[in-house]
Amino acid sequence: MENSEQQNPRLSRRTVLKWFASAAAVMQVGALESLNYVASAAEAGRPAAKGYGQDPDVSQYYNPGDFWPLTFTKDEKETTAALADVILPADQYGPAASTVRVPDFMDEWVSAPYPVQVADRAIIIPGLKWLAEESQKRFKKSFASLNDTQKRAICDDICWPADAKAEFKKAAAFFVKFRDVAAGAYYGTPEGWKAVGYVGNEALMSFDGPPKEVLDRLGVTQTVK
Amino acid sequence: MPFITSDQVQPEYDVAIVGSGAGGGQMAYTLTQAGLKCVMLESGRSYNPDTETAMFQRPDQSPLMGISTPDKFFGFSDATVNGGWTVPGEPYTQASDKPEEQFWWWRARMMGGRTNHWGRISLRNGQYDFKPYSRDGLGFDWPLNYKDVEPYYTKVEMLIGVYGTNEGLENTPNSPKGVLLPAPKGRASELYTQKHGKKLGIPVIPIHRAVLTKALDADKIPAKLHPKNPRAQKILADAMRGRAACFWATPCVRGCNIRANYQSTTVHLPPALATGNLDILSDAHAREILIGKDGKANGVLYINKKTRKEERVKAKAVVIAASSGETVRILLNTKNAQHPNGLANSTGLVGKYIMDTVGASVSGHVPALENLPPHNEDGAGGSHFYAPWWLYKEQLKGKLNFARGYHIEMGGSRGMPGGRNPAPSDFIKGAYGTKFKEEARRYYGSFVGYACRGEMIPNEGSFAELDPKVKDDYGIPVLKWHWKWSEHELNMALHASKTFGALIEAMGGTVRSKQVKTGHDIIEPGGKIIHEVGGALMGADPKKSVCNSWNQTWDVKNLFLCDGTPFPSNADKNPTLTIMALAWRTGDYIVEQARKGNL
Repeated sequence: MENSEQQNPRLSRRTVLKWFASAAAVMQVGALESLNYVASAAEAGRPAAKGYGQDPDVSQYYNPGDFWPLTFTKDEKETTAALADVILPADQYGPAASTVRVPDFMDEWVSAPYPVQVADRAIIIPGLKWLAEESQKRFKKSFASLNDTQKRAICDDICWPADAKAEFKKAAAFFVKFRDVAAGAYYGTPEGWKAVGYVGNEALMSFDGPPKEVLDRLGVTQTVK
Repeated sequence: MPFITSDQVQPEYDVAIVGSGAGGGQMAYTLTQAGLKCVMLESGRSYNPDTETAMFQRPDQSPLMGISTPDKFFGFSDATVNGGWTVPGEPYTQASDKPEEQFWWWRARMMGGRTNHWGRISLRNGQYDFKPYSRDGLGFDWPLNYKDVEPYYTKVEMLIGVYGTNEGLENTPNSPKGVLLPAPKGRASELYTQKHGKKLGIPVIPIHRAVLTKALDADKIPAKLHPKNPRAQKILADAMRGRAACFWATPCVRGCNIRANYQSTTVHLPPALATGNLDILSDAHAREILIGKDGKANGVLYINKKTRKEERVKAKAVVIAASSGETVRILLNTKNAQHPNGLANSTGLVGKYIMDTVGASVSGHVPALENLPPHNEDGAGGSHFYAPWWLYKEQLKGKLNFARGYHIEMGGSRGMPGGRNPAPSDFIKGAYGTKFKEEARRYYGSFVGYACRGEMIPNEGSFAELDPKVKDDYGIPVLKWHWKWSEHELNMALHASKTFGALIEAMGGTVRSKQVKTGHDIIEPGGKIIHEVGGALMGADPKKSVCNSWNQTWDVKNLFLCDGTPFPSNADKNPTLTIMALAWRTGDYIVEQARKGNL
């Protein structure tokens, strides 16, 4: 690949990745300011992971860590679990995020070698660090050790960039990004499906279309007999 | 599936077929049922849909929830092997640095090619689509009429199984009674679109897709397709009985291990192999066509990708069905004293007039679809409804600033969640906790998307040639792409954008996509829709075209091009069904020539 890049400056894998990133950006709804943290020395020295390539065995079932090493520190993982559970708690809709492996999926996400995830990592890892420091500053405890009121006090300050004070703007961009990734993981589980109202992925004898209740609400009739 | 290796190649075959997708698969089927001995070359690896298909895998069982990555552009579970916009070791180049003048070239390196993961949309060209130049003076007419191809459309539909309805709309042909399988019921967003499309005069109707909504009639169809050929009837009946009807789960792009949808590897190749007349070579990267002293094709020179050795297969006739770009590349790389500019290229037209489909899409949010009672709408794993082009009369009167039509594809958002936040941040602001979960439940399923799939008119600025310097890892010169959109395509994309906006507003919704001012703001890059056809123009005049109406090259009588390469136009109708119909028609012609001893 390297070889063909040198031969062919006009269409390198890098160019395609750039296309891909811009296509991915278009798919994201509502652009948000991104965090421009300077990567720490540890980040800069992180060995490049490999992706799963163009011919992975798609017939298998996978777990986070099967394709590339997970990289959360113990503290990062604890903070992630705690924040994910604030955003996606146990309630009438379903279980808490940490009980359906959301922190593991997020670890896989920020450890992935692809452009979208690499960009997300640059927001999430420093954001987790900020959250840890802010918890110490306000309450002398780690974020995971805070009670619900204390967690909400911080989250209320950073939950939406437009409403956040100047000193919380960057943290707010992190919060929104974190919520996106956490929700992407939560709603990819059977429990998340139930919580959001997805029914499917099961073999059926027939497909009957939307039930009468749905047709009535929309004021439509089934036109395929 | 039984495969051979280079050392098991027979001394000579009747026909060598390059490519195993829609064109190659259909050709192999037609020829082997008629008793011709064939060898098929596929550049990619062998692929077994029975064991390699991700049927019920959930996002939480897949890396990164199965979302798109540069390695698997259509998601982890998508049935694409060693394919994508880039293929390692097989580069291609661009003549221009401007994005709007570049071509995205999708390739799949696997048995069956992109038929494993395509959308299965199977639309017939109408009579207008075969004579576009006669209608508006642009592009080229086909040396064919609808009635020449019609019987083959019917045969292909009966063979592969296509669902849909006959609506009798202009230039949107009906199939004979009893050919189409039942259309699946409309989904909530499709029915809602249909209702509100009416206000704008947009006819939303059931689409045609190559999915079995019920099992094929294995007792009756084989006799209709192969009269006087009891062996073919038996082989096809057995193959048809091995295909189950759709069980209304798992997206078709993953492929189908119950064989309910069409892919070459589950529908064309098994009965072709069952005849005993087909040898398949995988990892066989065709480099050039071998030419005898008599100027006729007599085989294929290929690279065995595993050993990197050059190998040959010999045959009395050669069919290339490697996809538009790759077929052009093989022709141009076949250079010798008789063919200094490449094979079948006495006109200099090989590589010229390549077309893709005009793509543009708009998404919107429709409050009426919020908080709908949960219900299963997986359906047939793809579209159920679409809108064929509806403004032929306005166009003919000169009321539109573009000459050709587009159809509308549509999607709702009650599909399998995972990998994305179902609740958009700009709607829910700072919501978290149970409030966030309520919002996610409210907005999930309330988004719609509409896509233009339109006809591009062939132009001088869109073509492929050999790069004078760059070679792939096997030492074979690569393609250099040139691309240009004309005002017709740009104006069409803009028209689609406005139409979709009006449609979403008619549904009481709001547009989510960014506002566009020009066609360039919304048109997808060339190649992005993966409908590239053209590059070996079919025509009635040997001085002005590369192929005749039998997909036979004028310069080399026993060389046939049976993918999209000969297409003189690229109707809004997705090209696959037409590729198959023409391959079957050409296959019958080759069989007839073989019987007469003309090969």
